[in-house]
Amino acid sequence: MIAIIDYGMGNLRSVEKALEKLGADVEIVSDAERLNLSDKAVLPGVGAFKDTMRGIEERGLGKVIREYIDSGKPYLGICMGLQILFDESAEGGLNKGIGLFKGKVKRFKPCDRLKVPHMGWNQLKFQKSGSLCPLLKGIKDESYFYFVHSYYVAPADRGVIAGATNYGVEFTSMIWRENIYGVQFHPEKSQNVGLKMLKNFIDI
Amino acid sequence: MLAKRIIPCLDVKEGRVVKGVNFVNLKDAGDPVENALVYDKEKADELVFLDITASHEKRRTMINIANRTGESVFMPFTVGGGIGAVEDIRDLLNAGCDKVSINTQAVKNPLLIKESADRFGSQCIVVAIDAKRRDGGWEVYTHGGRTPAGLDALEWAKEAESKGAGEILLTSMDRDGTKAGYDIELTRSISESVSIPVIASGGCGSLEHIYQVLTEGKADAALAASIFHYREISIKEVKEYLRNRGVPVRV
Repeated sequence: MIAIIDYGMGNLRSVEKALEKLGADVEIVSDAERLNLSDKAVLPGVGAFKDTMRGIEERGLGKVIREYIDSGKPYLGICMGLQILFDESAEGGLNKGIGLFKGKVKRFKPCDRLKVPHMGWNQLKFQKSGSLCPLLKGIKDESYFYFVHSYYVAPADRGVIAGATNYGVEFTSMIWRENIYGVQFHPEKSQNVGLKMLKNFIDI
Repeated sequence: MLAKRIIPCLDVKEGRVVKGVNFVNLKDAGDPVENALVYDKEKADELVFLDITASHEKRRTMINIANRTGESVFMPFTVGGGIGAVEDIRDLLNAGCDKVSINTQAVKNPLLIKESADRFGSQCIVVAIDAKRRDGGWEVYTHGGRTPAGLDALEWAKEAESKGAGEILLTSMDRDGTKAGYDIELTRSISESVSIPVIASGGCGSLEHIYQVLTEGKADAALAASIFHYREISIKEVKEYLRNRGVPVRV
């Protein structure tokens, strides 16, 4: 069973529908007991960093997610689900994340050519470890994925960067370390290529 | 590189697509989900459903459409038309749509933009602006283009952004339905005065028009209804044309 972690904020249905379409057994969970019964977990998310972390902490999920990830089970963080893995975010003041990855979450700076939010289809460029990443199996380098965000992660350890995207600056759009996968874009909204990536996650 | 977006718009009345896609193979040309599936296959970048129903039943109907669409296509879609309250927005987002577009109610009560952006995030709040030329600028109209709002379109776009709108869906009323091309000056003026993305709408009749609005008009996305509905131009043709002229698109 794949658990979709509900922290009381985001719209979970899109991810749920996509995984179900691909034939996965999916359950929306909001407590440790149910989460620990799953084989894999997805943390989707839109919304603000602070509210997300509050939703997670109020349910006591921060520690639970860390322990889950430590157990070695595959975890996929989408958008906010990626950002909260880091030390801290500049969104809404300075806010602490779960801290599984060293680094910060930064905001795009609006300028003449650059609209914020970064909204629409942009390319994922595989980085050094990317070609070996199980999530990218059968996916072409520089494929387009759908993005909607104003903040991006800046990992201190560049070795965890599986994919990057150019939007005025080149930013990290995908990370991978052992059983932890994180994507800034929305595979559940990226048509066939996104479904392929979710299928790869199901098949890990 | 971020691709310019091509967005077909589907007008929905009482749960049925009007001006539906003229496809030979569609079992039911009025079914919103069947239409969405066709555009999904053609690699449209997003979809917009615009509800033009005037009845009280519309809310439930649109929620149903959002639900069914989200089960069938895995691409971003927006629902607009008659959205009046934070609860409407919540219900539509919970049903699986990615963004909602608000127009008349945003003008009547700009705090609706702020409240909904604070609660759900700016990324899902689109403010739709219907603008018509007047001396020295453009005036905002509401109620489906029937009522002048007494607002300057540029000023209103800036205010909408400051209240938390994540995107502007800009329709030129002078050009809408004419196929004479988008209002380039209007689009560029708005796009240059805000730092959020602008979707241009109204007047699309040719490939050249789309090219113009995405380059000279500085739009981030181009929306069209009739040319796609009536198969005058396919999404694929638009994208190949744009790519050949150096515009970044997802093909």
